[in-house]
Amino acid sequence: MWNEIRGLREGVDYGTPPRQGQPVTLTVDGVEVTVPEGSSVMLAAVEAGRAVPKLCATDMLESFGSCRVCLVEVEGRRGFPASCTLMVAPGMEVRTQSERLTQLRKGVMELYLSDFPEAEIADGWSEFHRTLDDIGIKTHGYGTGRVHFDLPVDDSNPYFLFDPAKCIVCSRCVRACEEVQGTFALTIQGRGFDSKVAASQDDPFMQSECVSCGACIQACPSHALVEKSLFSGGYERA
Amino acid sequence: MSVTVYVPRDAAALALGADATATAVEAEAKRRGEDVHVVRNGSRGMVWLEPLVEVQTPAGRVAYGPVAPEDVPGLFDAGFLTGGDHGLGHGPTDQMAWLKGQERLTFARVGITDPLALDDYLAHAGYRGLKQALELTPAEIVAQVTESGLRGRGGAAFPTGIKWDTVLKAEAPQKYIACNADEGDSGTFSDRMIMEGDPFALIEGMTIAGRAVGATFGYIYVRSEYPHAIRALRSAIDTAREAGWLGNDIRGSGTSFDIDVRVGAGAYICGEETSMLDSLEGKRGMIRPKPPLPAIEGLFGMPTAVNNVVSLASVPIILDRGAKYYADYGVGRSRGTLPIQLAGNLKTPGLVEKAFGVTLRELIEDYGGGTASGRPPRAVQIGGPLGAYFDESHFDLPLDYEELSENLGIVGHGGIVVFDDTVDMAEQARFAMEFCGIESCGKCTPCRVGSTRGTELIEKIMHGEDKSTNHQQLLGLLDVMENASLCALGGMAHLPVMSALRLFPEDFGLEASHVE
Repeated sequence: MWNEIRGLREGVDYGTPPRQGQPVTLTVDGVEVTVPEGSSVMLAAVEAGRAVPKLCATDMLESFGSCRVCLVEVEGRRGFPASCTLMVAPGMEVRTQSERLTQLRKGVMELYLSDFPEAEIADGWSEFHRTLDDIGIKTHGYGTGRVHFDLPVDDSNPYFLFDPAKCIVCSRCVRACEEVQGTFALTIQGRGFDSKVAASQDDPFMQSECVSCGACIQACPSHALVEKSLFSGGYERA
Repeated sequence: MSVTVYVPRDAAALALGADATATAVEAEAKRRGEDVHVVRNGSRGMVWLEPLVEVQTPAGRVAYGPVAPEDVPGLFDAGFLTGGDHGLGHGPTDQMAWLKGQERLTFARVGITDPLALDDYLAHAGYRGLKQALELTPAEIVAQVTESGLRGRGGAAFPTGIKWDTVLKAEAPQKYIACNADEGDSGTFSDRMIMEGDPFALIEGMTIAGRAVGATFGYIYVRSEYPHAIRALRSAIDTAREAGWLGNDIRGSGTSFDIDVRVGAGAYICGEETSMLDSLEGKRGMIRPKPPLPAIEGLFGMPTAVNNVVSLASVPIILDRGAKYYADYGVGRSRGTLPIQLAGNLKTPGLVEKAFGVTLRELIEDYGGGTASGRPPRAVQIGGPLGAYFDESHFDLPLDYEELSENLGIVGHGGIVVFDDTVDMAEQARFAMEFCGIESCGKCTPCRVGSTRGTELIEKIMHGEDKSTNHQQLLGLLDVMENASLCALGGMAHLPVMSALRLFPEDFGLEASHVE
């Protein structure tokens, strides 16, 4: 019903929320597409059947621009803007695929892989794993280095758990908590490589302001936040 | 007759004991029954001479420095109150070669006036720019600034007039001026010197900006590491308001503008304009994607002119003397002057304001006096921690935005840090990446994870671990960081690393042929 109201097709993630406005026509990989003014290039690409890989974007949340895998090329413009934060413009010519884009996307995914448990890569079926498949990369060349694997699993909540080892710090959970639920229980703590998802003042979920609504579980693209019912018996890290 | 003695209140002078020197001058005068009036001025920028004491004589100001408290009785004995000779004497201040060759437009008053005295400011051409601006329409002010060629001195070098024009044309119930005073680049201090040494110039520049774009309120975002600047600004803002130069209906002109000072919390990233806006709004300082440009949707979602301290403090003289006067200085598309900050291994470091086009050699050898260690200079970093390194073969490059860009570097905020031949450039490159990692806001992946991986890769190369493989991996990483990062922090970290690799491969244990 929600998608009907928003005029979206069921089962399709447009990446950014729909907008209302004057029609704007552009081309994505040569395919002409018309979307309302204020729409993202990412949404236009989905409409054109030329969906761009993404991680931090989902159409129930405002665009954020942090994962940098949805980069595109725009004719007559330098650089590689993120399609989620780039607004459509009349006559814009967007390219979603090129050798250069693949090279950069692979480079970005390599960075994610360098801080993701290797044993969790092969059989995963999360959005993160699908993105790895789309971009065509499964390994990284960084060797050993700092990782977040030693952070403890938070299983304090009876319904879900949080495994920071699988967290890609896309902030979708934090934003869902704010934008969808209005609870503001989650935040990003620390900066740079130390940035991590924290509930309230870095409390266990159960002791935090979390109301167990599940919006973060729905939003998480990498199964770092996941329902306990998926695991018969206990959760074990691979 | 009372003799005026100047002892700077600038933080660099204070760090070198200026307060004790000022106290000693007052105490010695009292002991000798001399009528001495001590004025705490800004710094002339000759940091190696601080505390620089100046005496006002009928023939002009005479300089002595560096003056320690124990030197003071001897100075009195030598008759310094009438400009007498002394081993620490440098003669008439404005005849000193280091100052004489400079082109001080933005820094015209710094070190000369009492920074907190409005009458002193007015006596030295203060508020003449605003008076001009009040006679002009907003569009005419913007046109003046555009014609002057002034570009953002914070580092991005975006034309100030074009930015203002965007804000002027944006329609909104409220607009803002946001002054970026989060001067975090290593080896830079020009913003601080303006705020401590001539705060009214910044206030005047912001007021002109407000009238130009239709903003009635401005914020100055100052880093917490600048307590003296914060106090000076707050005092000067109160004084200006009491005198009717801020507030409603400024001097009966119908224009209203007021300013508040906001203090940062120690994050380098909050010097990036969108992060600064987040911080000003009371949020964690995180990068916002652009567009929307702050000029369209900035502070509290309203059109905002975000400008650096030096940019804004350069506006009064442009309005006072005219766009052409300012634009006559400089070369190519780099018009006007740049307050260059000389730091690192130099004999005579400090603030040099020169027209664009001055060469690195003039700055390092003539002004800087060569290295403090006496050893040959080996590398120079221009434009802060994310600026490129240059070697001696580049010393004849003119300082000019386009020229440095063609040579794979940046002017940035005008900081120049010099290293002698004992520098380990691999360690410098490693540090650049580590700095990026420490200061990354953590939003985008290329910077959040990449800066840590970059540090690790350089460490591996330094330890001789799979050198060739790790070198290739590093080049790939730098490409991703440059082209996929959300902002300039991750986007520019390649500059110091690549320039170090290119110019000094031997420090990484790499063959020159590997890094071509």
